[in-house]
Amino acid sequence: MSAPISLAPGGSSSRISARAGLEAATERTRQPIVTGTSVLGIKYKDGVMLAADTLCSYGSMAKYKDARRLTKINDATLLGAGGEYSDFQAITDLLKRNALEDKCTADSLYEEDVNEECAREVWNYLRAVMYNRRNKMNPLWNDLVVAGFSQPAGVGDASADEDKPFLGLVDKIGTTYEDSVIATGFGSYLAIPILREKHREDLEEGEARALLEDCMRVLFYRDCRALNRIQIAKVTKADGVLISEPYEIETSWDSASFVEPKGQLEGDGGW
Amino acid sequence: MSAHASMHAPRSHAAAAAAADPYNLKPGEHSTGTTIMAIPFDGGVVMGADSRTSTGTYIAVRVADKITQVHDRIWICRSGSAADTQALTDYIRHYLSQLAVETGRAPTVKTAAHLMRRMIYENKDNLMAGVIVGGWDVVDGGSVYNIPLGGTMMKMPFALGGSGSTYIWGLVDHKFKEGMTKDEAKALVEKAIAHAMARDGSSGGIIRTVVITEDGCDKEFIPGDKLPYGP
Repeated sequence: MSAPISLAPGGSSSRISARAGLEAATERTRQPIVTGTSVLGIKYKDGVMLAADTLCSYGSMAKYKDARRLTKINDATLLGAGGEYSDFQAITDLLKRNALEDKCTADSLYEEDVNEECAREVWNYLRAVMYNRRNKMNPLWNDLVVAGFSQPAGVGDASADEDKPFLGLVDKIGTTYEDSVIATGFGSYLAIPILREKHREDLEEGEARALLEDCMRVLFYRDCRALNRIQIAKVTKADGVLISEPYEIETSWDSASFVEPKGQLEGDGGW
Repeated sequence: MSAHASMHAPRSHAAAAAAADPYNLKPGEHSTGTTIMAIPFDGGVVMGADSRTSTGTYIAVRVADKITQVHDRIWICRSGSAADTQALTDYIRHYLSQLAVETGRAPTVKTAAHLMRRMIYENKDNLMAGVIVGGWDVVDGGSVYNIPLGGTMMKMPFALGGSGSTYIWGLVDHKFKEGMTKDEAKALVEKAIAHAMARDGSSGGIIRTVVITEDGCDKEFIPGDKLPYGP
């Protein structure tokens, strides 16, 4: 029985029921095809800063070298994603659609009266979306980093007017947490230890950027799916969301022990 | 390439990437997912390789040396399992040095290649090794032998190997011509490997080259921030 092509998320539901029972339930129904690797985030003095490279891989091939994995959601919120790029595009579309609907159904069309979702609200909404898809065994295959400004939890008291920097993660099965340093993918193994050691809440912008660049450099050295062309993005109270153009970071290959060849007869055979 | 065909390519890529990329290595086993290349010229051979040794998607060694010397003028480019190829080249070194003593002269590249082929072929179920044997000898001058996974041995006008080679067959087919000089051959090796490193996730780092002639072996390297192209 062949089902017609469906525009619903996950396609036609008869696809799942047609498969053998237990196998369908335990089998992941998707695998990532075009993937982005790590995203890093840190809170600093003026706000929050994210970093990601501009590579999307097609299996082991470095296919798309100018992919943008950091995106502005609104003036208070930045979203970065690793994992399946098409799912990230779908999530971006979904958030844009929601924002438009909010704007059109708001009480007032004036800019000043618009109440955009703050970063924490976006983070929480994405948690619900990812968890819901996970329950249908059809996840959006992304690790998301949400950064921006939020009212702190416990809105309602006088101090709640003060926007605080926010940095949180949502993974493909709907796990969420917030912290001053966040990393996805390989970054969680290689960058988090560096960030934990070097991070301070009062980092200047230049220091924060240098720290993130250092981590991206290590990731380029040690992650097969990383590129040395990166973007840095920041959210600040003063300037809102700013995403840099991609640029190349410097790498070092001229240590003496690197230069020295090891394959010759007197050597150890190659390593 | 039809849309249907392209849906299959990433499935095997991604599935293999999940398993350990692209050679189905055992857990923890290191792969020289690689780009290796050799071009003979009149009077010798240029051999080149990238320097990335990966376990899955982690780069275990970013400055590896994949061109291994097995005799005075015979070198082997290694791809596949790092452990398997290191063991094989150790054996070859041992046997070639014995042979040199027994015959009183330097072994030929052909002999080295045949020996390597025998080892890979007879043990094909237990090995994951694709090599390029290249060098100079008095009989054939500069020559290059390609020995891929199953143990086939082919004498070639130029040889490519490793996962990154898929990306540069077109480039090398386009640029290669018979009778190149040493400098032309070296430039092509460096350019092609740089292009492969730019697109293959399992290749990268620096480009190491060895130029082998009657007079000696010249080892060079190009650091990762001065590549002719990319990354």
